[in-house]
Amino acid sequence: MPDTALDEPVRRFLEILGPGSVITDPVRLRTYECDGLTHHRTSPGVVVLPETAEQVAAIVRVCARHGVPFVARGAGTGLSGGALPRTDGVLVVTSRMRRILSIDLPNRLAVVEPGVTNLAITEAVREQGYYYAPDPSSQQVCSIGGNVAENSGGAHCLKYGFTVNHVLALEIVTPDGDLVELSHTDPGYDLLGAFVGSEGTLGITTKVTVRLTRAPQAVTTLLAAFDDVESGGRAVSAIIGGGILPAAIEMMDALAIEAAEAAVACSYPEGAGAVLIVELDGPSPEVAHQFAEVRRICEENGAFELRVAADPAERAAVWKGRKSAFAAVGRISPAYIVQDGVVPRTALPEVLADIERISGEHGIRVANVFHAGDGNLHPLVLFDDDEPGAAERAELVSGRILDLCVEHGGSITGEHGVGIDKSRYMTKMFSEDDLATMQLVRCAFDPEGLSNPGKVFPTPRLCGEAPGVRRGAHPLVESGQAEQF
Amino acid sequence: METPFEALRGTGVPVEPAAPGDAPRWVAYPGTTAEVAALMRVSAEHDLAVVPSGAGTKLAWGNPPERCDLLLRTGRLTSLEHSPGDLVVRVSAGLPVGTLASFPGVAQELALDDPLGAGTVGGTLATAVAGPRRFRYGTARDLLIGVTVVLADGTVATSGGRVVKNVAGYDLGKLLCGSYGTLGVVTEAVFRLHPVAPERRWITVEPDSLAALDGLVAALAASQAEPSAVEVDWPGTGSAPVVAALVEGTAAGERAAAVRELAGGHPARVRDEAPGWWNTLPGDPGGVLCELRLPPAEVGRTLREVTACGPVRVRGSAASGVLWAAPPPDVLPAFVSAVRDRLGGRLVVLAAPYDAIEGIDRWGPVGALPLMRRVKERFDPDRRLSPGRFAGGI
Ligand SMILES: Cc1cc2nc3c(=O)[nH]c(=O)nc-3n(C[C@H](O)[C@H](O)[C@H](O)COP(=O)(O)OP(=O)(O)OC[C@H]3O[C@@H](n4cnc5c(N)ncnc54)[C@H](O)[C@@H]3O)c2cc1C
Repeated sequence: MPDTALDEPVRRFLEILGPGSVITDPVRLRTYECDGLTHHRTSPGVVVLPETAEQVAAIVRVCARHGVPFVARGAGTGLSGGALPRTDGVLVVTSRMRRILSIDLPNRLAVVEPGVTNLAITEAVREQGYYYAPDPSSQQVCSIGGNVAENSGGAHCLKYGFTVNHVLALEIVTPDGDLVELSHTDPGYDLLGAFVGSEGTLGITTKVTVRLTRAPQAVTTLLAAFDDVESGGRAVSAIIGGGILPAAIEMMDALAIEAAEAAVACSYPEGAGAVLIVELDGPSPEVAHQFAEVRRICEENGAFELRVAADPAERAAVWKGRKSAFAAVGRISPAYIVQDGVVPRTALPEVLADIERISGEHGIRVANVFHAGDGNLHPLVLFDDDEPGAAERAELVSGRILDLCVEHGGSITGEHGVGIDKSRYMTKMFSEDDLATMQLVRCAFDPEGLSNPGKVFPTPRLCGEAPGVRRGAHPLVESGQAEQF
Repeated sequence: METPFEALRGTGVPVEPAAPGDAPRWVAYPGTTAEVAALMRVSAEHDLAVVPSGAGTKLAWGNPPERCDLLLRTGRLTSLEHSPGDLVVRVSAGLPVGTLASFPGVAQELALDDPLGAGTVGGTLATAVAGPRRFRYGTARDLLIGVTVVLADGTVATSGGRVVKNVAGYDLGKLLCGSYGTLGVVTEAVFRLHPVAPERRWITVEPDSLAALDGLVAALAASQAEPSAVEVDWPGTGSAPVVAALVEGTAAGERAAAVRELAGGHPARVRDEAPGWWNTLPGDPGGVLCELRLPPAEVGRTLREVTACGPVRVRGSAASGVLWAAPPPDVLPAFVSAVRDRLGGRLVVLAAPYDAIEGIDRWGPVGALPLMRRVKERFDPDRRLSPGRFAGGI
């Protein structure tokens, strides 16, 4: 049932955008009921499709005036439910904000609208020898606005860093509906850095200035097959310990390889208990030298087969299995959970052994795919949703893996974000005071809590009124549903 | 009723009366985060204004605080925990950044240059200062992966952690970069480290005019030999600039030769040592120091335009569009207005003698200032942390 509290805002949206850009038809609304985390579903109250920053600002001002929550959505590929809409709220979709506004090679930057896909930026400058460095596996579809919200990484962030290291300025609409520029040239608090990764809870990005990176002179990709994950892990430690910073080091275990083989026939070496993909890039003489080193290290640590990809086609073949891994497990399991956690790299062997033990204890298979260079695990927890209790056990195993990450001094998410999925784990990683301090930032940007409420933080909190002006207790506080802050 | 001094002493932290005539009334020397928190709680109870200070290399930067009861010296916050296998280091805020340039037994470093030489971790974060290699590695905000901060009311908060890849929660560390001690007292930081390059070469090029600068810098910056820094040093009107690029890593010699090829006929040479001015600030201590931010491709044009103002020494990261400038005090007003009004660049007067700065807006327009003010109001509603140090009364 449409929420009547939305009637007036919807009328205003129609005035601002016209009927072609406001969706209230329940059937069409269902397109937007979830993001990449598909087991959380809610139909939005209304969907708006603005084409300009001014329209976004006008929409947000209407929301602010009527106290209506709003959620931004890019391509909807997020894996933590960050773009999960609200029935009582507005979903602001950026899919019609897809213009590349300018490309400035002398200053190595591009200015783009938030709905532009990650890959589109690289495609626009590739011929001139540049690219946009952060490369999430979803880069063909995910939006730069979503990348900014999630501070997305990619296989190559080991060397090149994350979205936050490549964004030079943002234009945002604050939760009061003001258009503000946050720039790396501003003195004072690094609000730009704080906004990146805030998962849509501090406002809506309407313009992004990204740094463009010069393409490397040489790229070499190596696939190494090992008997087991332990020897692969030792090779990773030796490479990093040897002072080499590859562009990427990825690992897959036997189960993940089996899945990839079934899905895309990537023909990885037969009998491998683990494969390592190491990509080196940079100046040719440096890459040549490091390649020899990496090769030697892999052999010393028991690699029984090495394949070298020298051209883009061969490289694509090596990456094929890795890039398809998430979807591929669908071939070997009816259902699965994609987990995302981080451990210090030195803790990898112990944590992997623990995962194996937990998996055995609960009779739930776990396939491991991970960014080994920076300890970012993506365990794929496999289960049969037809089997009674299996989903619960898988959920348990998945949660235990996050516990392991926290126990080893790591993180509950390396790149997929907290969203709705992991807000309850935040208290495992952060103290009450840590979270309360983060909440100060939230309250500074969004005192009414209208921008993507219910995401990232575990308990809904309210921002205290300005000192001196005390009104009655908020109804949510009185009913015990929220804490005054 | 206990006096503030007795209450501060009551924390057990060494606290002394400041020298007569000094702005602060007391100076405290905490050695742990818990001690900083205890001092901040007492300060909150007694409404004391607190100014954190490291080695004091940048105390003259920014506006002088409106009020300072307690100077909080971080010099005893010196713990260090290095995890070589993870390439991270956790350090207390009082350690000089320079101590992280090398570690015993392993070739790792914090890839952050400190042009002041003796700056502490806390002060470097608070002023967001960086040197030549910002071009490749970014600045402190890019290398910082976790932070512990004590707020005005004594709350201790951490964000980030000890792993490089981590997107859980807001990144408070970023917020504190450039905060000039107005949001909280940073007590600990965790940084990612990089392997130390086995070899280094500097390529210096001497173009005959400023007109050649932009093309040259662009060519060096775009080189696939991947320089870590491309710097310029310009002694001022009437002289030609010097450009220097740093190549680090394997095969540095071969790569440096490739970079030299890009000098476009200007005199160029490859050296094993950095030029004397590398990673240093122009001008004299106690003089004027400005920070300019411009599109990298406009550095040369900007220098040409400011020539008319009078003698200005300029140095810095041409390829990143971040420059230091040291105009003589009497040239400052003309210089500021030329950069801001005529050229549309960003300029902050970091340090200047009192009489030289009079009537000049130190920070220039800051678009996000209203939002920054709202952040300040939440973190320090009573304005007790370095009040007035930053723009707009923050
Ligand atoms: C197959 C697959 C592979 C993936 N691989 C990676 C990977 O390698 N690395 C990685 O980091 N992630 C990966 N992801 C996750 C996901 O693609 C990223 O998080 C991506 O950045 C989300 O972009 P999106 O446009 O789809 O955002 P959405 O899913 O639409 O939204 C994500 C979050 O961003 C907010 N948001 C979106 N647009 C805006 C805006 N304009 N302003 C403010 N907030 C906004 C939303 O409210 C939400 O909280 C993968 C996902 C899939 C499905």
